[in-house]
Amino acid sequence: MRLHTRFVALVSGLGVLLYTAGATVGSAQETHIEGVTGHAAAGKKVYRRYCILCHGPDGDGNGENAQWIDPKPRDFTLGVFKCRSTPTGTLPTDEDLFNAMSRGFVTTNMPQWLPLSRQNRADVVAFIKTFSPKWKTTKAGTPITIPPEPTLTVESILHGRELYQKMECWKCHGARGHGDGPSAATLTDNKDLPIRPYDFSSGSRFMCGVTNRDLYKIFMTGLDGTPMPSFADDIKPADGWDLVHFLRTLQPLQTPEAAIWQAWLASHANELKPIGPPGTGQ
Amino acid sequence: MAKGSTRGGRSLRGSWLASGVVTCACLFGALALSGGGSKAYTAYSLAVHKTKAIPAFARKYGLPCSACHTAWPELNAFGQRFRDNGYQLMNDRDSPIWQNPSYIPVTFRMTPNLHRESATKQAVDAVPGDSTSGLVSKTITQSGFDLSGMDLWTAGTLYKNISFVLLPSSDNTGAFHFEAAFVRFDNLFSNRWVNFKVGKFELDNLISEKRFLFLSGNGGAYQSYHFLPGGDINDFGLGDNQIGAELSGHSDNSYTRYGIAVLSSTDGEVNLPTSQSYDAFFTFSHAVDAGKLGVERLGAYAYLGRRPTYYQTSDGVAIPGTGTGNKPFYRIGLAGDFFFGDFELLPFVMHASDNAFLATGTAANVALPPGARDARWNSGFVEAHYYVNPQFVVTARWETVRMSQQTDPATPNDLGNVDAYSGGIRWYPIMFSRAGLSWHTEVSAVRTRGSAFAPTDNVWTSSLFSGLDFDF
Repeated sequence: MRLHTRFVALVSGLGVLLYTAGATVGSAQETHIEGVTGHAAAGKKVYRRYCILCHGPDGDGNGENAQWIDPKPRDFTLGVFKCRSTPTGTLPTDEDLFNAMSRGFVTTNMPQWLPLSRQNRADVVAFIKTFSPKWKTTKAGTPITIPPEPTLTVESILHGRELYQKMECWKCHGARGHGDGPSAATLTDNKDLPIRPYDFSSGSRFMCGVTNRDLYKIFMTGLDGTPMPSFADDIKPADGWDLVHFLRTLQPLQTPEAAIWQAWLASHANELKPIGPPGTGQ
Repeated sequence: MAKGSTRGGRSLRGSWLASGVVTCACLFGALALSGGGSKAYTAYSLAVHKTKAIPAFARKYGLPCSACHTAWPELNAFGQRFRDNGYQLMNDRDSPIWQNPSYIPVTFRMTPNLHRESATKQAVDAVPGDSTSGLVSKTITQSGFDLSGMDLWTAGTLYKNISFVLLPSSDNTGAFHFEAAFVRFDNLFSNRWVNFKVGKFELDNLISEKRFLFLSGNGGAYQSYHFLPGGDINDFGLGDNQIGAELSGHSDNSYTRYGIAVLSSTDGEVNLPTSQSYDAFFTFSHAVDAGKLGVERLGAYAYLGRRPTYYQTSDGVAIPGTGTGNKPFYRIGLAGDFFFGDFELLPFVMHASDNAFLATGTAANVALPPGARDARWNSGFVEAHYYVNPQFVVTARWETVRMSQQTDPATPNDLGNVDAYSGGIRWYPIMFSRAGLSWHTEVSAVRTRGSAFAPTDNVWTSSLFSGLDFDF
């Protein structure tokens, strides 16, 4: 009887293990994005057509053309992704990968894959998740909570400017946000390859989106695999929005932030202390 | 003669098969020598790093041919968006400042081939060399190794949102002309719906004849794009590149597109050889995301044109560019591009009309033949592609042209009607961003109603074609 019980327990345990393994493997083979279920098998065909020459047949970023591309294509085997809605150090959601693929990366060779059907994109996301064992053992992180954007005021912009100085953003991004701070030339990514900080004067798109919420997410989640850290533990949510409002003024765009900032600067410019190393800052 | 033809046909079939076997052996040999056979994606594994001459855009962006082409040269949805954005991916790598200084945006394309052409019921002197011996009906056949024409495609961005295309193209004797040459300005007023180009370019046909997957003598053109009734002096072809200016626009993903073009009435010929009139072309298409099926597109088009019917003369010789007595013609219809997974269906329908003066070749300053009226016809085709994988595609096409109104009421209703059938395969053993090679094999046959001997004759022309279509 005891032998029988042990046998049943052993078989049951094995069954649970197999079921769990199957379930986790299964989840890595599928994605679920806004009503669309992506399948890795179908994604493999799409990947082969569109992605393989950069990201490589093994997803390690060593495709035929990787040698000519700078920054290098993403190495999917590491399971490290820049653009996430999840906290730093966690895996992104399926939607994060889907959105990144659709949006492309403005400062890299990665184009927008918007013309592909949503099914194709969901399939590719499922296939990309087969490259790293992380997806089999770890769940995606929980997306961070983004509080509603407060009313835009000049005080918010000024506070954001103070944070830009205090958090030493200028060290990489430069005093004017041109990506030319004193540390800029020394930065490397997680594969020890040189990497440039974002130049806010280069246009309207950020690395991970175009909206204020996208910008908020970037410095609250960090860009994993790059020197850009998460500031989630260092600044309050309201401070994050202030920083967003200030960063918007660094762009060469007709934004509401720029309009308020320019109007304020017209009469208060001489009140500002320059951004930079201690002793010159405010 | 008939027996000789039969013998020749057998001999040709033998050499065609031998050629195919040898070609296959060479390609597999190349793959084996490169070690490519050991990987899942053999084509991508060939060592090409020493290649210097490179397809223009693929090299610039490091993308495979299959990123922009369902099977090159046909564009897919991503390639269409790239083209609609003025050959830009819309990241910050579009401007020439991002290109390697050694980058030269040039692509060569040519197709050495073996082909056989045959035409039945041709008018031939009964005694060769004796024009007084009378004409007899015979089948004419040609076959052998041959060359295609060559495209020397150069294109790129001059600056962000300003791009160019220059395409000197030769026939297979080496006689060059400019197939395309234009400058394009994109996102004017920071608006993707306002793009402008000027020069010589392909009409914005939803189903492009310049990028399609047929190369043979009979299958290598859409009958619908070039058909004209017998005796018609109109020179227009919907598949011919035209000279003019085009305003176009598209949604962010290029699922919705429009184009409005104003074109010289020259059918793309330089030096203004006809008249001072202009044609207009309008296109609109919209695509929807159909989930697992793919992206489905439907579009409409209208070409409204005029052509001169007579010229000013000097000593009775027409003076180029002085064409007058312009008479109208039009082509209107619908086209689609529908995906069912890896199966693509391209339907096309057209209604066409040529003014009676054009259809009868009558100068507008003289009277029409009694009873003459506009020539009208309907045409259409259905083309199918099955993409076994990005490097292998099976193609088929059925096409028809039906006269709906002969210009001469006494002409049989079906004179000139056309039915065309084509099928083939394209295998791309080499498909890199730096070079491409396709082994293209195609069979095509066209039946035309009416011969030099009887309007009820069915004249068959057919093509067998196998070639190595390469670009680099």
